[in-house]
Amino acid sequence: MSYLEHNTKYVPTGLRKVLHLNWPIVMLLIAVASAGFLMLYSVAGGSTTPWVEPQFKRFMLGMALMLAVAMVPIWFWRNMAFLAYGGSLLLLLGVEFFGEVRMGAQRWIDLGFMRLQPSELTKITLVMFLAAYYDWLPNNKTSHPVWVVLPVLFILAPTMLVLNQPDLGTALLLLLGGATVMFLAGVHWAYFGTVAALGIGSVLAVFQSRGTSWQLLKDYQYRRIDTFIDPANDPLGAGYHITQAKIALGSGGWTGRGFMQGTQSRLNFLPEKHTDFIFTTLAEEFGFVGAITLLTLYLLIVAFCIISALSNRDRFASLLTLGVAMTFFLFFAVNMAMVTGLAPVVGVPLPLVSYGGSAMLVLLVGFGLVQSAHVHRPR
Amino acid sequence: MRRQPKEIIESSNMISRRALIVGGAQLGVMGLLGWRLQSMQVEQADEFRLLAEENRINIRLLPPARGLIFDRNGFPIAANEQNYRVVMVREDAGDVGAVLAKLTEIVDIDPDDLARAMQEMQRRSPFVPVTIADRLSWEDVAEINLNTPALPGIQAEVGLSRVYPLGADLAHVVGYVGPVSDYDLSRIEDPDPLLQIPKFQIGKSGAENKLEASLRGSAGTRRIEVNAAGRIMRELDRQEGDPGKDVQLTIDSRLQSYVQARLEGQSAGAVVIDLENGDLRAVASAPAFDPNLFVRGISTTDWNGLNADKYRPLAAKAVQGTYPPGSTFKMVTLLAAVEAGLVAPDETVYCPGFTDVFNIRFHCWKRGGHGNINLHESLKQSCDCYYYEIAQRVGIDKMAEMARRLGLGVRHDLPLSAVAQGLAPDKQWKAEVHGEDWRIGDTVNASIGQGYVLASPLQLAVMCARLATGREVTPRLVRLVDGVEQPSGLGESLGINENTLRRVRASMNDVCNHRRGTAYGSRVVDEAHKIAGKTGTSQVRRITPEERAAGVTRNEDLPWERRDHALFVGYAPFDNPRYAVSVVVEHGGGGSRAAAPIARDILLQAQFGGPPPLEAYPTGLRDEIAAQQRRIAARIPAGATGQSRA
Repeated sequence: MSYLEHNTKYVPTGLRKVLHLNWPIVMLLIAVASAGFLMLYSVAGGSTTPWVEPQFKRFMLGMALMLAVAMVPIWFWRNMAFLAYGGSLLLLLGVEFFGEVRMGAQRWIDLGFMRLQPSELTKITLVMFLAAYYDWLPNNKTSHPVWVVLPVLFILAPTMLVLNQPDLGTALLLLLGGATVMFLAGVHWAYFGTVAALGIGSVLAVFQSRGTSWQLLKDYQYRRIDTFIDPANDPLGAGYHITQAKIALGSGGWTGRGFMQGTQSRLNFLPEKHTDFIFTTLAEEFGFVGAITLLTLYLLIVAFCIISALSNRDRFASLLTLGVAMTFFLFFAVNMAMVTGLAPVVGVPLPLVSYGGSAMLVLLVGFGLVQSAHVHRPR
Repeated sequence: MRRQPKEIIESSNMISRRALIVGGAQLGVMGLLGWRLQSMQVEQADEFRLLAEENRINIRLLPPARGLIFDRNGFPIAANEQNYRVVMVREDAGDVGAVLAKLTEIVDIDPDDLARAMQEMQRRSPFVPVTIADRLSWEDVAEINLNTPALPGIQAEVGLSRVYPLGADLAHVVGYVGPVSDYDLSRIEDPDPLLQIPKFQIGKSGAENKLEASLRGSAGTRRIEVNAAGRIMRELDRQEGDPGKDVQLTIDSRLQSYVQARLEGQSAGAVVIDLENGDLRAVASAPAFDPNLFVRGISTTDWNGLNADKYRPLAAKAVQGTYPPGSTFKMVTLLAAVEAGLVAPDETVYCPGFTDVFNIRFHCWKRGGHGNINLHESLKQSCDCYYYEIAQRVGIDKMAEMARRLGLGVRHDLPLSAVAQGLAPDKQWKAEVHGEDWRIGDTVNASIGQGYVLASPLQLAVMCARLATGREVTPRLVRLVDGVEQPSGLGESLGINENTLRRVRASMNDVCNHRRGTAYGSRVVDEAHKIAGKTGTSQVRRITPEERAAGVTRNEDLPWERRDHALFVGYAPFDNPRYAVSVVVEHGGGGSRAAAPIARDILLQAQFGGPPPLEAYPTGLRDEIAAQQRRIAARIPAGATGQSRA
């Protein structure tokens, strides 16, 4: 109930809120989405079908949702945090359950006009819930073991469900996004240090034990890890895709091969060229200049979020804004690391650019929360 | 739970500090991504560009048209024929089964081919054209083109395939082409990329094989852009290769066809050499096979049939076959002895019908013997005892040397498969190969072309050509390559005393034109076209003393493969030789009866450039010859009567 501590008298009301939106972020989002439309137009061979049109409609819907969320006072959203988190957890359980019943890999819920992935939704609701949790938790208890274990459980619950789907990329994003919020809230360094040390230790143990009598995993599991880390071991499967992606990216050169001139994407050498690997098409056709420009746009969005958070004295608002920014950052950083061959391919889309509804809508709703926090910040 | 302002500020500061740390980490990650992009897109851009080009650009080879082979009159003896085939593109066909059913209504297609095509279509990508039927007639193709709307996905394509218009008549000379095999590839050091084209046709035997370098040409290239599935998107550029060079052989296909026809029914070889330049006018081996069968891929039945035939149709007997030359070798013995000064032309040797050499009795072919006989008569009547005597005087080494001077026992360099070296044995050879000393009996046997001596019809023709001209005639098979004349085969003088040669020729003349000559029955009565020559009959079995005492079994009573080989070497016209010929009829019996008439007919045919007038033959033979001429005229392929196309 921290907003009671603030004087909300100066918070704009009604349509005046629009004037107080964080407009640079809105503009940057439009710019990034436009780059997405351009690339979807290109990979469709110069056509607005089948990808640009639905993507544009969804973007419009997302922007409308963002504005709607922005108009609602941030304290309302804080009150809704537990409901949202609980709801998305139920949905995750639901798809887990129904997915099993339907005998398929159907990990989404049909909303009629689009299909929503609860795991995407969770990315925002988890951050929201953790922000609310730390808003409620007195400062001096932040690093108390009991109050540290609790949010860890909040994070692990959806992570495990998602991992079980299996969706490694989303699980990673949930874990890192949640941990970031905990870190931002001021949980003691030692916890992170311990977890990091344990993680590194266990990874080392797993690898060190390989080939010895106390080997921790089975041989075939090691081989799977090998392929995961270095897809070149599996040149016909995952290795082919990442190799082709790197060729596309590298062959772009300084200024690229020109709009709709990328041979790798045009001749179908690129896998998933309209979804997870769309960045390689952009890098192929617009080169280093284009790739760095997009990276800069992303950087600016994150930067404006951080600035907004720093200037916001409300704990929930700051944590939420930083959490959404971190989630957004994780999206594009993991995606780019993946397609440039720095990280294994885990299936994370490029936010606002890759074709796909759930991630875009969820992120725009997330930015709606950021806007709401910005509009209703204590002055 | 109202918080203290102090607590709020504390918390806010904490968040700010940590946010800056997180922001710094994010900046670091983005810096890493930027560095990665820079290293890939700027530093390694060229490498990746190359990989991208390799991905999308395929180089396809364009096979060149194979060079043609003509005969000396410009008649094509190995040509390229347009070959129509039907291909199907699965994705364009829609209902593959229905389209194929319709296609089979229009043209006859082997069900096996159809099944194979169906299988291949299932295996290949849907856009890859798969051959349904090959070697269709023009009428079939026209019919398919007419029905195009009803046959989606079906296209008629045209390619080139090798065809041999004269078929079997030149099988052993021209040879044939076939698809390159793994074995072919393994033998070649630095294979032409063309050979990697599936089913690329290369020369497998004969001139097609030996002249491969000229005939093949060089590959053109076509750079095409393909997509990830291998579909051709467009052609980027095309560079035509060089077609193979045309080759003109010295063979006269009309004469060749005649000789083949004349040898029909026998297992025989014959060679005709033009004495002006060593040109091989005809190189015939009978029986022959149709090389076109091999181009199409010979069936097992045909192949087994060819292999099982005891007359060995696949063997090019004219150049590969080696036979004891028999009496045709006597000129060699004679010249060796006379050149060495060991026998005078008028010296006589007494022939009692046999000669005893160290208790071994060597018989003359004539039981009673020839009595006193001189050089001239010895050759004319083919007396063996005379040669037993002079061979012992001159020795084997000088005989072998003379044989090699006359072209026996040496491999003539011709672009034909497995040209035989034959054998002109000497002491060194026997020591090396058999590890035994040369015996005098070996010399005696060799003096009449038996024992170790072996010669091919080609070598015998060369020998005859050299005797007739006194020059080192070398056989020539290729006249022009790409319009460039090949060196003439008329060599320098052999260096044999011209008087001696004249005596030999006079004797060879009498063989054919004197009443007591061994080939008098095969004489030519037309004064301007008379022939001279020498018969030979070589034994392939040993005649035991018991058999000789009881009377030598007649050839007709022996199984085919134990009969004597019949040989004849000759030239014409006798006074101004233009053509030399050799004929070997395997197990044909006596040379005068089986080989000489063939040689006579061939020489007349060569001199007249077509069927000779019946007046050239002795009166008694004319009816028989007329019948033979009609029979052969009916058999010679129409094309071989030849319009010039040079």
